[in-house]
Amino acid sequence: MIRAVMVISTQGKPRLLKFYEFQPPEKQQEIVRYVYGALSERPENVSNFVDADSVFGQGTRLVYKHMATLYIVFAFDSSENELAMLDLIQVFVQTLDKCFKNVCELDVIFNFNKLHTILDEMILGGQVIETNSDQILKHVDDIARIEKSSSTTSLVPKSISARFGR
Amino acid sequence: MASPPPLPSSTSVLSSASSLADSLFQRSLDDLIKSLRSDPSSEPSIIARSLSEIRREIRSSDPLTKSIALQKLTYLSSLHFHSMSFAAFHTLELLPSPSPQTKRLAYLAASLSFHPSTTELLPLATHQLHKDLTSLSTSSSSSSFPFLPSLPLHLLSLASSADLSSHLAPDLVPLLSRSSPLQPKAVAATYRVLSLCPSTVPVLFKPLVDCLSSDNPLTVSAAVGAFCELSAPPNDPAPYLPLAPEIYRVLVNSRSNWTLIKALKIFSRLVPLEPRLGTRIVEPLSKFLRESQAKSLVLECIKTVVSCLPTHTEAMRLAIDKIKELLSSDDDPNLRYLGLQTLGMLAPGHLWALEESREVVAQSLTDPDRSICHEALRVMMAMTLQENSIESCTLLVRQAAKSDPEFANEILDSVLTSCSKDFYELVVDFDWYVSLLGEMARIVHCTKGDEISRQLVDIGLRVRDARPELVRVARELLIDPSLLGNHFLYNVLSAAAWISGEYVEFSKDPMELVEALLQPRTSLLPTSARAVYIQSVLKVLTFSCNSYIDESSSLVNDTVIARMLSLIEMTVGPLAESEEAEVEDRVRNLLGVVRLVANIKDLSGDKDEDGMIYEVVRVMDALFSDEMGPVSANAQKKVSVPEDLDLKDNLADLSEFISDNDAAMSRSNPSILFYPQSYNASEEVEVGPTSVAESTSLKEHRKRHGLYYLSTDKETTEPELTEDYPRVNETLPPSNGDTTRRVKVTKLRPTVVKLDEGEDLATSSSLSTKVEAMKDDPLSGAIKDVLLGKKGNGASSSFDASSSSQGKGKDKVKEKEIKSKKGEEGESKDRHKGRRKHKHRKEPAPPVSVAQETPVIQDFLL
Repeated sequence: MIRAVMVISTQGKPRLLKFYEFQPPEKQQEIVRYVYGALSERPENVSNFVDADSVFGQGTRLVYKHMATLYIVFAFDSSENELAMLDLIQVFVQTLDKCFKNVCELDVIFNFNKLHTILDEMILGGQVIETNSDQILKHVDDIARIEKSSSTTSLVPKSISARFGR
Repeated sequence: MASPPPLPSSTSVLSSASSLADSLFQRSLDDLIKSLRSDPSSEPSIIARSLSEIRREIRSSDPLTKSIALQKLTYLSSLHFHSMSFAAFHTLELLPSPSPQTKRLAYLAASLSFHPSTTELLPLATHQLHKDLTSLSTSSSSSSFPFLPSLPLHLLSLASSADLSSHLAPDLVPLLSRSSPLQPKAVAATYRVLSLCPSTVPVLFKPLVDCLSSDNPLTVSAAVGAFCELSAPPNDPAPYLPLAPEIYRVLVNSRSNWTLIKALKIFSRLVPLEPRLGTRIVEPLSKFLRESQAKSLVLECIKTVVSCLPTHTEAMRLAIDKIKELLSSDDDPNLRYLGLQTLGMLAPGHLWALEESREVVAQSLTDPDRSICHEALRVMMAMTLQENSIESCTLLVRQAAKSDPEFANEILDSVLTSCSKDFYELVVDFDWYVSLLGEMARIVHCTKGDEISRQLVDIGLRVRDARPELVRVARELLIDPSLLGNHFLYNVLSAAAWISGEYVEFSKDPMELVEALLQPRTSLLPTSARAVYIQSVLKVLTFSCNSYIDESSSLVNDTVIARMLSLIEMTVGPLAESEEAEVEDRVRNLLGVVRLVANIKDLSGDKDEDGMIYEVVRVMDALFSDEMGPVSANAQKKVSVPEDLDLKDNLADLSEFISDNDAAMSRSNPSILFYPQSYNASEEVEVGPTSVAESTSLKEHRKRHGLYYLSTDKETTEPELTEDYPRVNETLPPSNGDTTRRVKVTKLRPTVVKLDEGEDLATSSSLSTKVEAMKDDPLSGAIKDVLLGKKGNGASSSFDASSSSQGKGKDKVKEKEIKSKKGEEGESKDRHKGRRKHKHRKEPAPPVSVAQETPVIQDFLL
């Protein structure tokens, strides 16, 4: 399965983190630091795979893509195919590109929720559920449309405290 | 249970006023991000301020304010690692929100932060999750928000507990059985629920199996993925054997590379359990290998063939060709990396293929990519055998000298580990290996001094034939003053000093040795190493004196002894006042002997008339030349505890004795002098008898526990001692049954002393517990029960029964194969019908229905 999806800036700042096995915040910070350390010392034009045994356990690996100011990193174990994971990163990047029209780090920074929505349409609980970037985008757009339409109709929402106060 | 504090009516006006102010002036997530970006230096203070704002806002009665606060908190928690446990209840409050946007925010917050280990509130979400999961079938709002159930599915797969899983499992069944965009998501979540809570197997397993034959390719893909995870180590794959026909159908029919890859992964776990499956999958596999354009699929085929179809020569040849293709893709480091990885999987069965690519592997060791270097090193070690160990290890050590510190030490580490494995099984020529150890120690970045020194001493103890070369290597290390400055090498130097002293009889020039051991820079050594150095000087001195007396060596004469004595006295003398007890003790011993043997020189004309000094020197030399042997790790265990010794008795009673003794010690302490300042021979002579007494008690000890020591003299009296020197070829396990290669070795491998079988007792026991743990896995047990209807003891027994009928002629087998192939299409249609009927049943009864499927598998396998 996929253990984690991470987007980390080339400055070492996390921009998107999703762990498919629960990690407490301190451990997450440690992982990000380790991954950034491992990736930032790699030269250009080398392979995209790095062993991750020490952070995610035996037989796990990282596959990453360096795009402008971002590292996009997937951590996975022996149940995934290395090249398929590389393709999946490509799918993710394509989807982001289509969604934000040439994605850049700022898009990633200011669209925290949307990024999670995109990722959730692609991966559920570490399992890949959709690999077609057009389909993913379609689902994400549908969700956005529904949310928009409902937010205009429910400008005066029922008070939540009233519901709970009963 | 914590409950939301109902707002007291008196303060409600106030709180609504403050929440109005909050919502009017509340900062949004974008505002927060902007302020963080505008002033990165004051990030902690900005975050602290926001957190206190959030704490206030999240208690607001206005849902919008609350949801924005939660959104900001989720952001800070996810990307700035702040705990959001204080907001767990507010997250729960927002889950039922009618606004899809707020609901999504709440679910995101919950799935990122909730976990059974951190929150006790999870059970409170059960009802809401149930409501949202079943929203499609129950409420009319489904048309407005068809994606709603996917939110609880995400939460279920990320943050669920066994309890929650078992409560919600029935809600997954309708989602699994209806073809919809939600079906793949439900499948993925089902895997997590199953692995969390094996008791849900009776409810969920059958619908999950049905998904394998869904019309929706995404569902099939997700289902194959789920079974791939379920059968993954450390789980036991055996319970999934009955699913082989279903997975095979997917393998033949699917167009999706994703699905095919996962199906192959499942087969690679099933084939070792049921080799006959291999003959079935080899054909589609070879087709993919030949025709597929997708590199990922080809890679998976290579892995499957290499790992579980080694006997299918045709497929194997194809796979090896593909591996070579990967290795030669110069423009893509990813493919080279994966090529090396798969190449390593060929060992030890197809070493010839590895040998053919040796050059590529050796070249990859110098690759700028660390991952590739790693794999190359792994492959290099995998193809290292007795007959090429010299070539491989020499190459590696030479490479280590050129590599960066980290990788150099990795190389050294793997050379040291694999060469010392199984009592140096890889090493034929110990002279070579010992000098390689010396070479390794001299590599600039070497930090493996501890292991090198351990092996140097260990080889000294175990391999008698290697001692002359060991002494030579030790000499080279000792005479090099530059090594004394490297603190990583202190242990190596200490080992070298010990070896030079212990096996001084092989030394070419004792005088030079003493000079090396006493060179000025030895003052840089730590106390422990220093003490070994001085003790070694003592050994060398005793040896030299003895050979002088015996006139057995041409190297030792009057002048040499005189120089040696004066050198020792001059350099070691000042250390007699050393503050380190270890050093001081040994220095005083050494000086005592120096002053004793100085008399030999004085009397050189007519020699020591009563022969007392000679006697002392001989006894001491005999003491030192008593050979040390390796001690088994289990030796202590074999010494039985005397019956009258009560180890559990409290030692508190001893305290009075101890304090008495201590007092006596401190009183007499000033008068105690270990070595009188004025020395004369007659005093020292007293040492003689005591040391003889010591050596007899030593002999007594050896007689009793001699079993655990290496025997000292060749004509040993005890028969079991000879067994400590087993002949190499008798005890070495045949490596890969390859005897022809061993014949080529011209130099006979020296004897390596091995002790009893129990030296690696610990590892074997841990292995067996691991196997037991695997069998106790509740999930596979539950699935076995469901698939086999609790009849057999598991898949293996049913296959044993079927394999007894294997003796049929080949023609019959073929006939059956054709039959089953023809029948496949019709069969699957029939199955679909059966399944549709099945869906109308309210309670699925999987044990019965799946048990009926088992005969199909046997047909398939034959």
